[in-house]
Amino acid sequence: MKHTKDARANGIEEILHELKHFLPAQAPLKDFVHHNTLHAFQHMPFHQALKQAGTQFGYKGYLPLEEYRALYRAGKIRGEILQNVLIDHFGEKESNDWIIKLLDQKSKPEVSSKVGSFRGHWRSEYHFNLDKVTHPFLFRILSAYLDQGISIWSFPGNSDGFLDAIRAIQKESYSSILKTTRAKNLLFDPELSIEKVLEILVGNPDGYGWYLFDQQFAHPGWSGMVSVLESQPESLLDSKTITLQDLILFECLLEIDALDQKFGENWIPIGIRFPVKTQDLFVTSPFEQQDLMLQMWQEAYEWSYYDEVLAGIKYVKPMVQSPDTPSFQAMFCIDDRECSIRRHLELLDPACATYGTPGFFNVEFYFQPEFGKFHTKVCPAPMTPKYLIKETADHKKLATDAHFNQTSHSLIRGWVSAQTLGFWSALKLVSNIFRPSSSALEVSSFKHMDPNGTLTIEYEGVEEGGLQVGFKIIEMADRVEGLLKSIGLLDKFSPIIYMIGHGASSINNTHYAGYDCGACSGRPGSVNARVIAHMGNDPRVREILTSRGIEIPESTQFLGGLHDTTKDEIMFYDTEILSQSNLMFHRMNQELFAQSLDVNAMERSRRFATISKSKTLDSLHEKVKKRAFSLFEPRPEYNHATNSLCIVSRKSTIKGLFLDRRAFLNSYDYRKDPEGIALTRILGAAAPVCGGINLEYYFSKMDNEKLGAGTKLPHNVMGLIGVANGADGDLRTGLPYQMVEIHDPIRLMLIVEHEPEVVMNVLLKNPATYEWIKNYWVHFVVLDPRTKVFNYYRDGGFVKYVPKAHIDQIDHLKDKLMSSDENLPVYLIDSL
Amino acid sequence: MELSAWIQFMIGIPLVGFVISLMIPERKEHLLSRVAFYTAGLNLVSVFVFLIFWGIQGFETLNLKELTLYKTEDFEFLIDFFFDRVGAVYVVMGALLTFLITFYSRYYLHRESGYKRFFNTVLFFYLGFNITVLAGNFETLFVGWEILGLSSFLLVAFYRENYLPTRNAIKVFSIYRIGDVGIILAMWASHHLWHENITFLKLSNAELVHEHLMGHSGVGLFISLMLLLAAAAKSAQFPFSSWLPRAMEGPTPSSAIFYGSLSVHLGVFLLLRTFPFWENQIVVRVIIALIGLTTAILSTMIARVQTSVKTQIGYASLTQIGIMFIEVAAGLEVLALIHFMGNAFLRTYQLLVSPSIVSYLIREQFYGFEPKAKDQKSGFTSKLKLSFYIWSLKEWNLDKLINRMVFRPFKNIGHKLDFLTYKTVLYYFLPSYLIGIGLLIIGYTIPSSIHFYLPFVFSFIALLMVLKAFSERRSARLSWTLLIMNHLWMVLAIAENELFAWDEIAIYLSGVVVFGLSGLLIISYLKRETGQSGLFEYQGYVKHYPVLSFLFLISALGLMGFPISPTFLGEDLLYSHIGDDQFLLALFAAIAFVMEGIVTMRIFARLFMGSKKPTLLPDTMNSQKRILSMGSVLKKGSISPFNSSSDQLN
Repeated sequence: MKHTKDARANGIEEILHELKHFLPAQAPLKDFVHHNTLHAFQHMPFHQALKQAGTQFGYKGYLPLEEYRALYRAGKIRGEILQNVLIDHFGEKESNDWIIKLLDQKSKPEVSSKVGSFRGHWRSEYHFNLDKVTHPFLFRILSAYLDQGISIWSFPGNSDGFLDAIRAIQKESYSSILKTTRAKNLLFDPELSIEKVLEILVGNPDGYGWYLFDQQFAHPGWSGMVSVLESQPESLLDSKTITLQDLILFECLLEIDALDQKFGENWIPIGIRFPVKTQDLFVTSPFEQQDLMLQMWQEAYEWSYYDEVLAGIKYVKPMVQSPDTPSFQAMFCIDDRECSIRRHLELLDPACATYGTPGFFNVEFYFQPEFGKFHTKVCPAPMTPKYLIKETADHKKLATDAHFNQTSHSLIRGWVSAQTLGFWSALKLVSNIFRPSSSALEVSSFKHMDPNGTLTIEYEGVEEGGLQVGFKIIEMADRVEGLLKSIGLLDKFSPIIYMIGHGASSINNTHYAGYDCGACSGRPGSVNARVIAHMGNDPRVREILTSRGIEIPESTQFLGGLHDTTKDEIMFYDTEILSQSNLMFHRMNQELFAQSLDVNAMERSRRFATISKSKTLDSLHEKVKKRAFSLFEPRPEYNHATNSLCIVSRKSTIKGLFLDRRAFLNSYDYRKDPEGIALTRILGAAAPVCGGINLEYYFSKMDNEKLGAGTKLPHNVMGLIGVANGADGDLRTGLPYQMVEIHDPIRLMLIVEHEPEVVMNVLLKNPATYEWIKNYWVHFVVLDPRTKVFNYYRDGGFVKYVPKAHIDQIDHLKDKLMSSDENLPVYLIDSL
Repeated sequence: MELSAWIQFMIGIPLVGFVISLMIPERKEHLLSRVAFYTAGLNLVSVFVFLIFWGIQGFETLNLKELTLYKTEDFEFLIDFFFDRVGAVYVVMGALLTFLITFYSRYYLHRESGYKRFFNTVLFFYLGFNITVLAGNFETLFVGWEILGLSSFLLVAFYRENYLPTRNAIKVFSIYRIGDVGIILAMWASHHLWHENITFLKLSNAELVHEHLMGHSGVGLFISLMLLLAAAAKSAQFPFSSWLPRAMEGPTPSSAIFYGSLSVHLGVFLLLRTFPFWENQIVVRVIIALIGLTTAILSTMIARVQTSVKTQIGYASLTQIGIMFIEVAAGLEVLALIHFMGNAFLRTYQLLVSPSIVSYLIREQFYGFEPKAKDQKSGFTSKLKLSFYIWSLKEWNLDKLINRMVFRPFKNIGHKLDFLTYKTVLYYFLPSYLIGIGLLIIGYTIPSSIHFYLPFVFSFIALLMVLKAFSERRSARLSWTLLIMNHLWMVLAIAENELFAWDEIAIYLSGVVVFGLSGLLIISYLKRETGQSGLFEYQGYVKHYPVLSFLFLISALGLMGFPISPTFLGEDLLYSHIGDDQFLLALFAAIAFVMEGIVTMRIFARLFMGSKKPTLLPDTMNSQKRILSMGSVLKKGSISPFNSSSDQLN
């Protein structure tokens, strides 16, 4: 990336730019979206990036050597695969030496990261714990400024900008924020600049950049939040103006203030005593033996699983294409959590057909519910829709809970609360602990939209805030056509085509937004499902589609629905539009859905150690449902944990494969897309979305302390925008331990079914997608449908891969499922 | 069966549960949580059954003389239990909330590393709680009080590999320790007032109290204020409030039960328990009410500016506890008890559902957002409003205040003794001590004019030892040795003061010697193994030496006179030999006691908790270090105001 080099020019502008690039890019909690945690290193090859991130920031990108060895002993890293990887890298001869190293060599002692080591001299050489003095107050005032509604007294003043607010306080209040003269004067200095304060603190322009990195990465959570809010101010409902520059200026002033208080004005700047050069921070770190060892282990770990999957695909029996129209068709999100429900549906009714496609169903818009003062985006985060869909509904009231009423925090009314509400809470507490039930505290996917409300789907000439309210008929047709083409559903339409979005429910869960549909910017996909179904049913849309060669019979009806992945329940929308005969079909299908949901809940329950397995299907499902509103349940569901595959293919290619809910499945029929036009769009979304989810899990698992949020049990909500540990800590980014504990940290393998030449063409034309593959942030395999050969991407071309594993066929999946709570191997199955 | 004997169950069940839970291996999650759950549940049932019988007997106050640990003519160390309306409410609340929390935590903490530690500590806490609220005299209460302090420390530092929990745990422990000294001095003074170890039963006899306080109003006032000190520290009242939000470092349920409900209301309990004693001292009642009022006003303001949900609940709870202090001072016992119950439930629930606040308030904001009205007013009132906002955001500098008033002066004195090293201590203080003790043994009579000052001098030396141990950072061994020396000098001081029988000295010193030596051995072993034992950084050795760390914790507890060591009894004995007019001596001993505890826990924390940062520096930095030797921090020509003593506590 070019700007990395520019930083060496030492201009503050560039340093700020660099800083923003490296800081965590996690939005406030309500807008939590998965992304590659190390996005700043994505221009480098994966292993090089991990090395660089390690030396620069101390991030761990691998397991400790010992853990790899334990996996090897447990058979989870297979010997033949390890050998293969080593031969591949070092040649037959040297690989034996490496095996010995990999198994026996002691790991090198840890080296502290470059970032932090320069500013660390305050503590080691000046004997002054600067962070301890400045951090608590800095976090407090920052949090007070950004607060979205926890505090009762809001931040005073009407200033536009953080530093202005500080100035106003310093000027107007009897309580001073800065104590010493020099710092106070600087605050009001019209020529105040970062250079100016750094001259005092660092003294040596060569070290300015390094110092700022050290300073901001001493609290990456807060700095990252400020940086995100600077670029996306709209993610706060109660908007606040803040810039990273303001934060840095204020922090430097606090530091000068603290140092002056301690030493007087006469201390030697840190960069004079310890001259460093900022460019040294970015120097490429050479690979050492240990890095190679880790890399080999990781590759072997990954391929031990991939090999099984590819072998599984190889074993799939070619199917005779049935000439009949499927009993019904159902589209689900590509989400890995939908992988199993689709399998169950198809096992229970082999005549049905299911499809996977990103869960916003190709309709991108903002949604504004009845009484809502804002609108939320319900499509992939990088898109900027031009449309708004509004809901009109009556008698919808917001459920409330008096315990969050802030009067209980005041003096007199609090006194009354304690005597009255207090005893009420005793009852609530007892009932909630022994008989968890739905309440106002819960986040429920079904509450995202009122099923009885009406949506303004069709454009009627209204614009609002620069957005078009509703879609025009032609725009509708475009979207339905795009959707059908991308999954290759162009003929044989069943009487009912279900469009099932998904969402999640939980309680006491600060990361709730990360549980909903990633393709809907962390919201449930209910509105999208309803909207696309409505579009597909519109006769005018059908007319246009017919003219474009897609003929949908009049008897076919689209029906929207929402799958709650936590409770395993499905709600269908607008069933009243169904024709008499379709209504009958639907009633039958509903039975089928209900059964699949029960089995799905059972399959999920195997991972929940606190659920006893000996129960009946019904009571297991009840137990699973309860997790969604049990206060004490930190794992309502496991979300994307264990995800490791993304398969873009026809269903028949993987029919009958048990993938253990580890795969994002995107339906795609290469025969209907010879040019790869649809593929371009699919990969353009799949690589960053699935890859982003996968890498966030990967890094949160590998370094839960620095790149993850640690255990969620002590988390304390700050200003409704983030969580910290305890009272004084930094904001935590990444995923909490409870979300990633069962995750095997391996990269995503993206498998595409098409001709390698076509795929390569698609990649070359889309550098953004190609970057993911070229730098190995995802593994990439092309299954050539003509030859059934696997081609994996390597150094700009494809190399043939022959899978080695043997795949078992099993008869009783249910027994297998309940026998273990670990990841299961790939199996071939044909019944439940 | 005597009904009072039933009280033993309420102590016995948690004790047995705690001991069993200690023996269950870590991986048996299910069993561990079950033991905790049944312990709390069984006790809850037992309490309810007991209450029925108690009710049948007409709610009469019960007293149970359990066990005499030590007895001389004028001294009796007695474990005694007491049960009345106040105790009943606290016992029921304790059983109920512990029961709920253990049930909650068995799922909530599932797969958390430290699952066993959590339930051990909760049961230990519960034991301490019951001992405290059922105590029949100050001595018994103090046993429970100490257990509460320790279990709080362990739960705040539950995530012991992290820096902030560890630091804050020491902070909480330090404040608790200040409170402990209140109880010790109250015990000392009341011993002289009553000439016996007074039970709460006698204390509730108004005539008796009145009779004894006649002509001793000064002592009465002193005792009351010391009790208030203990109560204020435990309940985070002014000026100790700042520890409460910082204690919210453990898993949410532990914060809920400790700092939302049970632990933080124990100050109120102490006041309710001793109410008959200070009932007729109007000054005391006014002071208590004023402290409550100050706390209530300050903390409601602080709660209003909090932007984190847990600290906001903490301060809101404090506001109510401040009001409870007023209620108790006004003699409204029943109201205070109802208030306690309501507040405990409310805050427990609020803390437990605190993570839900994000989605709840965001939803509320989404549907009902009103932009803030811009206020353009300026002038005195708005200026004042702004100032109150900032002061509240700074928590009215209460944290700094305690630091500046209490800990920093001690540290400064300690730094004055920086010339002391391990060797000088051995060469000077040990021989001089031996001379002192030798003189004592051979019974050499020192001229009374000098003899009069000896206890003060010796106890002052003891105090210096512990203060130096407090500021010592370079060597854990030196710090620890100084702590042992502190005990030795203190014994000598008291021995010179009054006839301190040899068996009493033996009781006192046996704990010091055993636990002191074991601690010293562990430090030396660590130094041999790891090559360092400085106290500058948290070393986090618990990760590699878990057993050693546990042993060291036991040594530390023994050395500081925790009720596992005879020294605990010895401390009490020691005070009985300080005359009722020797306030200075009592003060020295008290400060030494406070600091002793803080320093031992700090050595423990610095050696075994936190996590060690990698010692290898990146290449660029290593070359730096070689070029630049340690230079002065200041520019040339300026006078050095550099004073390492201004480091803050911990």
